[in-house]
Amino acid sequence: MFEQIKHNMETIAGVAIFPILSLLIFFFFFLGLGLWVYSYKKETVDEISQIPLED
Amino acid sequence: MEMEQFYYDNKIVKKFIYATILFGVVGMLVGLILATMFLFPNMTEGISWLSFGRLRPLHTNAVIFAFVGNAMFAGIYYSLQRLLKARMYSDFLSNLNFWGWQLIIVAAAISLPLGYTSSKEYAELEWPIDIAIALIWVAFGINMIGTMLKRRERHLYVAIWFYLATFITVAVLHIFNSLELPVSGMKSYSVYAGVQDALVQWWYGHNAVAFFLTTPFLGLMYYFVPKVANRPVYSYRLSIIHFWSLIFLYIWAGPHHLLYSALPTWAQNLGVVFSVMLIAPSWGGMINGLLTLRGVWDKVREEPVLKFFVVAMTGYGMATFEGPMLSLKNMNAIAHYTDWIIAHVHVGALAWNGFMAFGIIYWLIPRMTKTKLYSTKLANFHFWAGTLGIILYALPLYLAGFLQASMWKQFNPDGTLTYGNFLETVTQIIPMYWMRAIGGSLYLIGMLTLVYNIIQTVRAGEEVEDELAEAPALKTISSGRLKGEKYHTWLERKPIKMAVFATIAILIGGIIQIVPTIMVKSNIPTIASVKPYTPLELEGRDLYIREGCVGCHSQSVRPFRSEVERYGPQSKAGEFVYDHPFLWGSKRTGPDLLRVGGKYNDNWHFNHFWSPQSISAGSIMPSYKWLFDNKAMDTSLTEKKMKAMKTLGVPYSDDQIANGLKDLRAQAISIEESLKNDPDFVKSYDESKKKALAKGEKFVPMNEREIVAMIAYIQRLGTDIKVKE
Repeated sequence: MFEQIKHNMETIAGVAIFPILSLLIFFFFFLGLGLWVYSYKKETVDEISQIPLED
Repeated sequence: MEMEQFYYDNKIVKKFIYATILFGVVGMLVGLILATMFLFPNMTEGISWLSFGRLRPLHTNAVIFAFVGNAMFAGIYYSLQRLLKARMYSDFLSNLNFWGWQLIIVAAAISLPLGYTSSKEYAELEWPIDIAIALIWVAFGINMIGTMLKRRERHLYVAIWFYLATFITVAVLHIFNSLELPVSGMKSYSVYAGVQDALVQWWYGHNAVAFFLTTPFLGLMYYFVPKVANRPVYSYRLSIIHFWSLIFLYIWAGPHHLLYSALPTWAQNLGVVFSVMLIAPSWGGMINGLLTLRGVWDKVREEPVLKFFVVAMTGYGMATFEGPMLSLKNMNAIAHYTDWIIAHVHVGALAWNGFMAFGIIYWLIPRMTKTKLYSTKLANFHFWAGTLGIILYALPLYLAGFLQASMWKQFNPDGTLTYGNFLETVTQIIPMYWMRAIGGSLYLIGMLTLVYNIIQTVRAGEEVEDELAEAPALKTISSGRLKGEKYHTWLERKPIKMAVFATIAILIGGIIQIVPTIMVKSNIPTIASVKPYTPLELEGRDLYIREGCVGCHSQSVRPFRSEVERYGPQSKAGEFVYDHPFLWGSKRTGPDLLRVGGKYNDNWHFNHFWSPQSISAGSIMPSYKWLFDNKAMDTSLTEKKMKAMKTLGVPYSDDQIANGLKDLRAQAISIEESLKNDPDFVKSYDESKKKALAKGEKFVPMNEREIVAMIAYIQRLGTDIKVKE
């Protein structure tokens, strides 16, 4: 149904890199996020989450 | 440790709260008027600036930018100062933010009813107002980041990240979607055309929902829910995951507004995948908010503020469950263009944004005026009226959407459409429109009790004063990482670096989607028979934009048997290459118009615009009598408009531009001639001529009036590639 457009997408030099790039960015983003969150110290977390309650 | 004394700026918070309440009433009232127009389409007959097409953008803009916008600023200005233990960076910028924003709202409230619109949803305001929005938004950003830099609290609490992402992303979205070429002081054309304009618009449109209605309110949730419940957020770790995954995923989801359109399939599918994934962070956030109330549910019984918060978070959960579902192609095929979507957005707006705002107002006003809320009973009444109002609003519209979509798709055994006349599918759902109007009224009644309750509270309380606070100054520590300091702990005390990372996170999705589409621009399959609009059609198209026709009529035929049968061949990307802006629309209160050209004769349209009900009994389209007014259409900009289009890549020759007005007149005269085929037209035309003479007025021939240009445009639609039968 979108054959014409697909063809034109294919003619862009190196368009195949887009899906691969997307997956890699996605994977490493969440890997990094997971590592970030689980390496938090409990005390720091408790300290920060108290901030809205002080004033 | 030496304590520093300073004052929190409460007065700016008070101003934003009052503006929230004022524009909340206005926005909801306009909404109710619009809901009533579904039942009495000609209730404002003949008054152009009170017509449905012009009021609809006023309603959406008033609710999003005036009501929710002011509530957002009020909440941010209150919480940011306290989370950072510092007064706002600059009182001047705070006030510039406040007054500038209100001026923009007033400019919108005047210009939209007058028909000055870009027609792009939630970005309708014309270019001078767009520039003002950008400037005021930047003032807000500088003020916020400035406050972060002079803070007395080392850590940036997660709410602040949400505020920061809001600022950055809205700035990026607003600027890119508003790129337009001015033709005059209040008229411009989008620099993008057709498919690209659609992609940029919905990249903006979806993220306006994400970053104007969602992320700032999530920040407010992370501050006010713990505050009111007096216990820390359920899981701070979860809030970090919520933040980063939400802003990272959201930005990709825009194309789900364009499923089954002429947008390339890969972009549609990318939008679907990310939309479905969005359910994870959204529900993570909702659960995090609701579980913050663990152990204090008894308080929810007593405290109306918490009741509002609970329904708000539940509404957020419902809307963000529905969003991914509606993004699935099979669901979207049913729900898109119907009232289902209207129900969906109102669960978000009424429950999530509205109830969060009400809760915050009921909590802040007594605190700032150092008194108790005037009436807890009235607040409880507001809560129940509002909740019932939301249910009565949404449920009938879900049903209406499902019912109408089913009727659109139903075939007889002989292969013809069961409901071949679009109007038959409309008259069936009128009872649901009644219930919607009742639900909306209930919600507005609740809002009015808030107004009364707050006025009484303020009258009983003290004048709002800036609040004295003290905190130790922040010790300067190395800007580099300390020994043993984790990377993220370091990052979290560096607001500018945080801002940069948040920007990168939101840009990735945008770039991956938009760059290929820009690259493909020159390759969009051109269709030899697709020609630029004639000068008269171009003017007619601008009238179509001015009257907000796009609010009720789509111009996009999806590749379904039912749609091809009803409207004609499906949309193709190459058909829209000269459409600055695109006019695909998002709702079908009336039928799709992409291929309406030539379906009826000129007289049909002439009579239909004069009185839709005289042609189609029971139609809910309003009349457009002012297009027939005895005055000439403004053609002073025609040449300039053609030149602007040429600049944007529409292949008008210099000859065509020079002869623009001549061609326009010739086409208009030919339409007038064709109208004369109808003896009734000739008769009434002669009569009105005589009437004008009797009154001593100058008589403007029909070919010079606006209606002729409108007919020219409507008759052109879809004819370029129409298969002749």
